[in-house]
Amino acid sequence: MPFDIQKIRNDFPILSRKVNGYPLVYLDNAATSQKPQQVIDCIVDYYSNYNANIHRGVHTLSQEATDAYETARKKIQTHFNAKEAYEIIFTAGTTHGINLVANGFSEILKKGDEIIVSAMEHHSNIVPWQMLCEKTGALLKVIPMNEEGILVFSEYEKLLSEKTKLVFVNHISNALGTINPIAEIIEKAHEVGAAVLIDGAQSCSHIKPDLQKLDADFYVTSAHKMCGPTGVGILYMKEEWGNKLPPYQGGGEMIAEVTFEKTTYAGLPHKFEAGTPNICGGIAFGAAIDYLNAIGFEAIEKYENKLLKYATEKLLEIEGLKIYGTGPDKTSVVSFNVEGIHPYDIGTIVDKLGIAVRTGHHCAQPIMEFYKIPGTVRASFAFYNTMEEVDALVAAVKKAKLMLS
Amino acid sequence: MTIQAIQEELIDEFSMFDDWMQRYEYMIELGKSLPLIDENLKTDDKLIKGCQSKVWLNSEIKDGKIIFTADSDAIITKGIIAVLVRVFSNQKPQAILDANTDFIDEIGLKEHLSPTRANGLVSMIKQMKMYAFAYQTQLKN
Repeated sequence: MPFDIQKIRNDFPILSRKVNGYPLVYLDNAATSQKPQQVIDCIVDYYSNYNANIHRGVHTLSQEATDAYETARKKIQTHFNAKEAYEIIFTAGTTHGINLVANGFSEILKKGDEIIVSAMEHHSNIVPWQMLCEKTGALLKVIPMNEEGILVFSEYEKLLSEKTKLVFVNHISNALGTINPIAEIIEKAHEVGAAVLIDGAQSCSHIKPDLQKLDADFYVTSAHKMCGPTGVGILYMKEEWGNKLPPYQGGGEMIAEVTFEKTTYAGLPHKFEAGTPNICGGIAFGAAIDYLNAIGFEAIEKYENKLLKYATEKLLEIEGLKIYGTGPDKTSVVSFNVEGIHPYDIGTIVDKLGIAVRTGHHCAQPIMEFYKIPGTVRASFAFYNTMEEVDALVAAVKKAKLMLS
Repeated sequence: MTIQAIQEELIDEFSMFDDWMQRYEYMIELGKSLPLIDENLKTDDKLIKGCQSKVWLNSEIKDGKIIFTADSDAIITKGIIAVLVRVFSNQKPQAILDANTDFIDEIGLKEHLSPTRANGLVSMIKQMKMYAFAYQTQLKN
């Protein structure tokens, strides 16, 4: 299918609205993506036609809802190339998935064990491990990054030892857009017998990870960054880990048999899916994956790289503008500052011109600390953005610079 | 001048502009004329929480009136503070406590009043009123 940007834009109703009198230019895709009509229709269809609780009713609606939910799980399995559908656990999102794994490891880790995280993590990737370390006496080690925003691989290798039990790295940095070499990171971790959890929140809208090929032990992501709804995501867990880790929450769905003396837990994935899940969200996540695959990830990547290249070139023409995260492997995220101007000021002015960017520390304060800056302006592009929108951003930043200096 | 009179003066000044750009430019100008807080007073305990940019606010009482000084590392935020300092500084605690803030809407800065906006305008006003309340209590005792 040829990449038809106008046709794609027509799928997203929100893109035709105005903000502050200007056409919306939505460049905050790293925070959340917009939703195509196909996904919106799927949500409406679910609640209009077959809303019911799943996995328990014998009635027709319950069967239909269960089928749709489990079909979505299979679609996700196929998309990520997981070996089994039951290795895909539905969660409330990336943070939920991380906490589920951290909770599981609280039963496994002993004092003196080590967890490795990277210096470019989101807060949600730091806090659960600090809590886990406090609880178990394990130690948290950090892979440093260099000035370009790239992890120093040789330092990572030095941190690895037989004490390392878990390595946790984001696939792509939310603040900088750097793509981390996760295949190599996983390989090295496995050499010392450590498990690896990859945070794919920022990657799955841009690239299609092959989980079997990567050999990741755990992989988490959120639907809302991939054109799906908020409040749903997945945790991929290799079967052996699924059997090893204890359940996270107790409740309905996750049990096989309950008496007051003893409860036996259900098998995968239900063991980790206590309570009524976000049924509609799961089904709509499947619809979002169908939508993205119909466009094709190769086409998406190619187009977004063009946007990134153009935006980088145009923005750098502005005097005093500095981009953070300048490695060769990055996605369509441009994090920048203009000399002498606070990112918040730029964000405020460009919003007045209808452009949505993110400003601040992007929940990654250690990165800001590294560069000694209060924050950045982050423009993050999706496949539905256009070159004209890049021009609008550049013009707005120039205007802001004029007003603010 | 009373708080009410200063607010009316501001509404008058801002009504001269027909678009947001001119209003913002004026506010940025006001920010530049803000009497600066003493560098020694820019300590963490003077920082207002809830702002994406840093905002320091200091207060002292002189002849029964509160003098506010403030600064920010972001220029638009500084403009907003300048407006607030002009309205609330050099006023009696009770007058600050009694004042309403409808003028912010009228000078076209309503969007900054949203509590979910991370600029902390709401936090700034709250902090100014907290100081007023504290001084008022002191004066009574």
